[in-house]
Amino acid sequence: MQVELLEVRQHMAQFPPFEQLSDDLLDALAGQVEVGYFQAETDIYRHGDAVEYLHYIRSGAIDLYRRNGDLYNRLSEGDIFGQFDLLRDRRVRFPARAIEDTLIYFIPLATFQRLCEADDNFADFVEVERPRLESTVDQQRKGHEMLVTRVRKLASRAPVMVESDATVQEAAQRMGEHNASSVLVLAAPQTPDDSHAFTHADGQLRRMVGILTDHDLRDRVLAEGRPTSTTVGELIDERPITIQSDESVYEAMLRMLRNNIHHLPILHRRRPVGVLHLSDIVRHETNSSLYLVDNVFRQANVEGLAALKSDVRAAFVRMVNEDDNSQMVGSSLSSIGRAFTRRLLELAEEELGPPPVPYCFMALGSMARNEQSIVTDQDNALVLDDSFDSEQHDAYFLTLAQRVSDGLAACGYSYCKGDVMATNSRWRQPLRVWQQYFRDWIDDPSAERLLHSSIFFDLDSVYGDEAFVERLQDLVAERASQRPHFLAAMARNALNRTPPLGFFRTFVMEKDGEQNNTINLKRRGTAPLVDLIRVHALACGSRAQNSFDRLEDINKTRLLAGHSGERIRYALEFIAMVRIRHQVIDIQEEREPDNNIEPENVSDNERHNLKDAFQVLSNAQKFLKFRYPMPSQKR
Amino acid sequence: MKPLLPRRYPAPPTWADYFTSRREQTRDTALERYFDVGVPAPETPISDVPMLAMDMETTGLDEQRHAIVSIGVVPFDLQRIRLAERRYWIVRPPRPLNERSITFHHITHSEIEQAPDLDDVLDELLAVMAGRIVVVHYRHIERTFLNAAVKARRGEGIHFPVIDTMSLEARLHRQSWWARLRRWLGRPPASIRLPDSRTRYGLPSYQAHHALIDALASAELLQAQIAHRYSRDTPLSEVWS
Repeated sequence: MQVELLEVRQHMAQFPPFEQLSDDLLDALAGQVEVGYFQAETDIYRHGDAVEYLHYIRSGAIDLYRRNGDLYNRLSEGDIFGQFDLLRDRRVRFPARAIEDTLIYFIPLATFQRLCEADDNFADFVEVERPRLESTVDQQRKGHEMLVTRVRKLASRAPVMVESDATVQEAAQRMGEHNASSVLVLAAPQTPDDSHAFTHADGQLRRMVGILTDHDLRDRVLAEGRPTSTTVGELIDERPITIQSDESVYEAMLRMLRNNIHHLPILHRRRPVGVLHLSDIVRHETNSSLYLVDNVFRQANVEGLAALKSDVRAAFVRMVNEDDNSQMVGSSLSSIGRAFTRRLLELAEEELGPPPVPYCFMALGSMARNEQSIVTDQDNALVLDDSFDSEQHDAYFLTLAQRVSDGLAACGYSYCKGDVMATNSRWRQPLRVWQQYFRDWIDDPSAERLLHSSIFFDLDSVYGDEAFVERLQDLVAERASQRPHFLAAMARNALNRTPPLGFFRTFVMEKDGEQNNTINLKRRGTAPLVDLIRVHALACGSRAQNSFDRLEDINKTRLLAGHSGERIRYALEFIAMVRIRHQVIDIQEEREPDNNIEPENVSDNERHNLKDAFQVLSNAQKFLKFRYPMPSQKR
Repeated sequence: MKPLLPRRYPAPPTWADYFTSRREQTRDTALERYFDVGVPAPETPISDVPMLAMDMETTGLDEQRHAIVSIGVVPFDLQRIRLAERRYWIVRPPRPLNERSITFHHITHSEIEQAPDLDDVLDELLAVMAGRIVVVHYRHIERTFLNAAVKARRGEGIHFPVIDTMSLEARLHRQSWWARLRRWLGRPPASIRLPDSRTRYGLPSYQAHHALIDALASAELLQAQIAHRYSRDTPLSEVWS
């Protein structure tokens, strides 16, 4: 007789890659597990040992070491290790040592192979040829996530349950305590062999007989004038409509629509494990509407524009909840930012009159790359016609720059701390001066000098005579690739910010073994990736500004070996999305969004994937250092 | 609850002698096969001993009045607990359960009513026990109930050595000089119940009260006890009884 090893399977079902397995595969897996205990400070295996199992940490924590003794990874409850060795030569590459008393589940090779064959998601997760980071990003791009997402992924908390002889008042109190809009109703089984019975946490046999929602409390208690002592059992319909935890979200939606219900109890076999609300599904469904840009151009003054600040945040939250990728979110936010800038320039020109000489208002940094986030400051400059005469014309352009800069600040784009704004006279110059700036930076570089000017190598026109900025883009594209000193200096700056090793429990794990409480994902992730992509893009003469476009140009050359270009793309996409998602969480919880994430708010899946992404960045930085060495001094 | 008195066992010269004499005298083929496999020598290092974690659920604590309802066993050794070789049986007590109120974890009354008598699974149980040292948490349930049940069905009883993870904990927390000092100071003794014992070794807490899960829990506990308090070379004689 097949016995469910509930304790074993329920634990594994919480963690990737097991969380995606069907219930049958999970049951079969739990039945094949071998268990072993390791006291703290003992070896689990040594370098070169044969590997015959996938290892799953049931409790405790372990360290994996490189051969030179450096820490390679620190893992804890729910993590797996040994999968790469299993797929390679079945010899231990990174020795493992328990750092706490640790219980390991050993999954035999044959079971591991069967899982790889039976479940593509599982295979993708563990396969070395297709690291999980890629499969995750690909999966995010799949349009119909609803068809593959299992209902249990949306069951974020245990159901609130009451007995059928509880009063509606007690039920309402329970709902209030748990801030739930429904409770599941339990009763004793009608017969001892009731096929709907399950064993409740207290060991008693129970069956779920119905669901009581806040609508019922309104419509059937208050509206019909029933006393608060009415029992829950009198109100509910027996035989509630339910869904099994491994069915798809799509199926759940159909069931709700067909039956015209908003709450759907989720069961694992007969045991209730959660309640799905229609709004949980609606989040997958809503359509994007970028009417915001249109609205920006209809505003008659700065106050009107500033009032749209909250709409920008709402649009951002909407996009992310619709599962847009970071490129879509980044380019949408950049479009919105450009719209604000343009409208402010139009308003300023209306007030100040037409410009005395042609100009181009230039965006720098993230807006130029079309990678703007919700947390951003303004980086801009003015490129003026060469007929510009400071005495005669600068007062106009200074006022223009101030109007835009102050207006942007009012709309939520804070002033640039480095003073890279058109209000700074250095960055309000005719084209020939700009050309001289760029020639100087490229021909006579030093890392220190470029440290503050690298932002100018992401540039794009926003308003005015685009040709001015195109000339600058051409100059950079043609000249930079010919200057090894310049590339080496840019490369050196791109190595200033490094990623952490990964996560361990609620800490950020640094390479030197330090643990931190928080991590700035821009500084430690997206920014260094963008920096290193920029160096390669300059080296291959790309005119693109967007990092993903730049990567496409880079991949047409042989600058990067094998799949590393693709890996960098996946890493950037993933880190950018995590950063974006955490900003959405900040907004939804009414905090000011920032670039920091706290590891305790990182889901297991994110944690594993981020670790991989950091590894990609780390490897790409090593390659950058090797690819653009400082040429020996000629003088 | 009235505390149970530890039951006395006939003290055979050695377990090996007992097994040899029983093999010769028994008239039951399954028992003969069981005794024929024998027991590991007392000086065998614990790391070489094949073991079988066992847990039972019973209708009460008195083997004369109460009966076994379920048995879970998991073969293991110091390296690995092999869940793939686990066995679990629900068996029907010979007397009908007169009290409907008796509830069992994870077992419905209808499952019990449809279950076989222990006699029908006894041969299989003896086969997995053969050659393995039984590991339990609190030995006075499994050993006495199994003895009484076998005697009732096959006309002769069965004794076998066990490693009791509870008495290993008791040695540490109830009989050591430190424990006596604590008692002298009026401190409550450390709990040696299964979940509390496990917590001391960093083992996870299990919710379920299921014979198979409890057997697994005892197996994990023994691995932890040996790792912390004994060694792989500890002779079997030091931990069995």
